[in-house]
Parts: sequence; C-alpha cells; structure tokens
Amino acid sequence: MDFSWAYLAAGIGAGLVVIGGGLGIGKLAASAMEATGRQPEATNDIRTSMIIAAALIEGISLFGLVITILLALK
Amino acid sequence: MLLAEVLPVIEHSAEKAEESSSAFIIHHVMDNYNLFGVFPLPRIHLFGIDFSITNHVAFLFIAAVLVFIMFTRMAKAYQKSLVPSGFNTLLEVLVVFIRDEVVKPTLGEGYQKFLPYLLTVFFFILTANLLGLVPYGTTATGDIAVTSALATIAFIVIQGAGMAKHGVVGYFKGLIPHGIPSWILPVMFIVEILGVFTKPFALAIRLFANMTAGHVVILSLIGLIFILKTIYVAPVSVGFALFIYLLEILVAFIQAYIFTILTSLFIGMAVHQEH
Repeated sequence: MDFSWAYLAAGIGAGLVVIGGGLGIGKLAASAMEATGRQPEATNDIRTSMIIAAALIEGISLFGLVITILLALK
Repeated sequence: MLLAEVLPVIEHSAEKAEESSSAFIIHHVMDNYNLFGVFPLPRIHLFGIDFSITNHVAFLFIAAVLVFIMFTRMAKAYQKSLVPSGFNTLLEVLVVFIRDEVVKPTLGEGYQKFLPYLLTVFFFILTANLLGLVPYGTTATGDIAVTSALATIAFIVIQGAGMAKHGVVGYFKGLIPHGIPSWILPVMFIVEILGVFTKPFALAIRLFANMTAGHVVILSLIGLIFILKTIYVAPVSVGFALFIYLLEILVAFIQAYIFTILTSLFIGMAVHQEH
C-alpha cells in the first residue's frame, strides 16, 4: 500500500492548522492591544483574559496537530 | 543543561542510523520501560493488563511525593508562625493566587469545598510539567493516559458536585438554559449532553498535546544537526532550542493554570446552574 499520501496529507494538514491558529490568536492579540490602548487601567484584566483565550485556541489547533502526527507516524 | 539533552540524542541517533532519521524523536517522547533509558524498571503483568512501572509512571510517583513533601512541610511551618519563610513564601503566593484569582471568581460561593482538590490539581500538574524540563527527566503529563486520568477525575468531581447539589434528575433538567422556544429543546438537550463529555476530553488533549509538542520541537531542532550532518547549523539550532526551552517553562505554568481555571469554571457552572 502506498503510504506517501499520508505524509503529504500530514504536511498540508499541519500547515492548515498553523494558519487557523495563527489567524485566531492574531485577531485576539489585535483586539487585546486595542482594548489596552483605549483603557490602560484595565491592562491586567485584559492580559489575563487574553492568555486564557489564547490557550483555548491553541488547544484546538493542537487537536489538529495530534491528528497530523498520527497520520505521519502510520 | 542542553548538553545533557543532546547526549542521549547522540547515542541513540548513532545506534539507529539505519532506521528513519527521525525515529529518535518518537523514542524520546514515548513511554520507556527503562528509567532515564538506562536502569530497567520492574515489569508487572496482572490479569493480562500491563501494570509495569515505566518512565512516566516513575515520574508520576516522583511528582506526587514531591508535592506531598512540599505541602506537609508548609502545613507544619504554619503551626509555628503565620508568616512563612523560605520556600513556603513562594508556595503561599501561588496558593493565594489560585484561591483569589482563579477559584473565587469562577466558582462563586461554596468554593472552600473544592479548593483542596483544585490546589492539588494545579500543583501536581505544575510539578509534573517542570520535572519534564530537567535534563534526563520525562514529562509525566506528556502521556495521554495520565492526562485522561486527570480529566476523568475532573469529570467525576464536576458531575458529582452538580448532582449532589441539584439531585440527579434536577441536574439534567438544569443543563438546558431557560427561556428558549420549546421546539429546539431536544437539540439543546443533545448538545448539552455532548458538552458534558467533550469538555473533560478537551482538557486531557490540551494538556497532553501542549506538553508533547514542546518536547518534539526541541528534539527536532537539535536533531536537525544530525539530519543535515553538518556542525555549522549548530549555533542556530541550539539558539532556537534554548528559546523554545524557555517558552516551555512558560507553557508549563500556563497549562497548569488553564487546567485549574477550566475545571473550576465547569464546577461553578454545574453547581450554580441558575445563571
């Protein structure tokens, strides 16, 4: 059986996962920066919420990463 | 410190030169029957299930013993004076941070009953993550079995807390929010039941994937030197690997914090079902 398609799929999948995660966290960071600029006193609350949201988004992109690793290892 | 991480890679890569050149990555993040790859550990087979003490299990025990020792000493020190000194100051800062910023806002009232469990979860995950960054150490939480066990216990605590407060039937009735048209009730019910199971599953996968991904990146960067078979890529490789190593320390703290805050949020949502 030809397993090279699995490696190709793993590579393309990893790239897509990174695009999704990068776009999501970039948008999050942009709105966090803007909110901090509008109200510098709320910096600490905004920073905490930003870290929590970033970890959740990264969790989703790591789901996809686990699947691509499984593909590449088969 | 990085040298101690590179040396095992050198030995194994030299042995397995005839295999695929990335086999050492899998070898280093997977479970291993020998401690530190050298000392054989007891293998125990009971009823056909493999209960052997492997690398990850040994580091689980080490993390548990460390957390136990740290906190029993701290408890004894509190009996002498209310002001801590030495290492206990660090632990007190973290405990107060978890109690005031994590558990009290997300759990609401009645948080004292769940505080011991949440503090244990935070410090155990933190210790296990940090032990994996020590040279020759293995990340106990880099194993899907360990994180699934932690998530299963969280699931039991969440459902148990919800059912103890509202009764078994009342808990399921309270899962569905009020004030929605009755024709989407069945869909909402299915979605909420699925949500009950996917939330701890996501906790397990998030912790496991974050811990393993960091180690895989470090091993890949160092392994680049051997795959390309040139020494001139070493400054770049080691520099990047050092940067990722420092990022790993940050990720260790963040993942322990995220696990704790999400568990406390879910317990709060189960106990105070009336929003």
